[in-house]
Amino acid sequence: MTDLPPVPDQVMARIDQIQYELEGGFPVEQGYIWTSCASVENGNPLFWDGEVAAELTDGPVAPPTMLSVWFRPHHWSPGLTEPAVPLQAHFDLKEDLGLPEAIISSNTNVFHHPVRVGDRVRSRQVLRSISEPKTTHLGRGRFWVVDVEYLNQDDAIVGVESYTAFGYRRDDGESQ
Amino acid sequence: MRAGVLHGDVTVGWSLAPLSHDVTATTVVLGALASRDWRPMHHDHDFAVNRNGTRDIFLNTPNQAAWFERYVTDWTGPTGRLGRMTFRMNTPVFPGDHMVLAGTVISTEVDEVGCGWVDLDVSLEVDGAAATTCVVRVALPVDSDDNPWRRHGDRWRP
Repeated sequence: MTDLPPVPDQVMARIDQIQYELEGGFPVEQGYIWTSCASVENGNPLFWDGEVAAELTDGPVAPPTMLSVWFRPHHWSPGLTEPAVPLQAHFDLKEDLGLPEAIISSNTNVFHHPVRVGDRVRSRQVLRSISEPKTTHLGRGRFWVVDVEYLNQDDAIVGVESYTAFGYRRDDGESQ
Repeated sequence: MRAGVLHGDVTVGWSLAPLSHDVTATTVVLGALASRDWRPMHHDHDFAVNRNGTRDIFLNTPNQAAWFERYVTDWTGPTGRLGRMTFRMNTPVFPGDHMVLAGTVISTEVDEVGCGWVDLDVSLEVDGAAATTCVVRVALPVDSDDNPWRRHGDRWRP
């Protein structure tokens, strides 16, 4: 098995730097909240009953776990020449480290200010770490951690997602 | 204030009632699209098998988060407010799997600003093995007049 090359200096230089500040493609909307709740049969009245939302949260809010939904790009939009990908810092690492496959192995979400219907959420990505080479049942590769910070239109942090990924080459030689 | 589980009523070791669901291709695709995740391993069987090397399409992470949220807030009621979730994905969840969510309270505390926190170990199991585990930190009202959703700024420390 050929070992992995060292991590390039320009990749190491990205650690703790803000990258890819993105505006959400649309305001937080009630319809998507209901679609998400329907997908997991979530009947929490906070998301379905306006009176409950008025009493508890002064109006409709989104389920906290929908944090990433509001910045994920449309699969297509006018003028877009290539499919947009979320978590670009993660995909950059796959490319720059020559590790064509990747899985998310763990994920921590911290929820701050509630996300409200009509909010415009924006995100920014921060690479936090890259591991030494490791071997798992999937193949030889490296773990890395990317944080995605989410802010609303008032610059209030609404949440932070921290992704630990394993980028790897398949042992069967099918990776390209 | 609306009735829900109060922080003082919860003890370490409390087990939540399990939640079962038969996963279908619709579960996976609906969950991916509801979370605006267009990546092919969550809707394209051929891509999942021949490119990712998995058995089939599989549940994406944001949708699993939504399942965990639903499971915990089914228990807390609407006054429960999630503060933090940490997932560990062990094995993918595929169409045809019968998934079971189960949870146990592992700690309780009232923090410096009076917020009542409960930490739970929650697992999503398939065939008795934990496909995904999640530690969930959720705030509960400390009394009938408290509402964790009203906490902002320094009074909310998830």
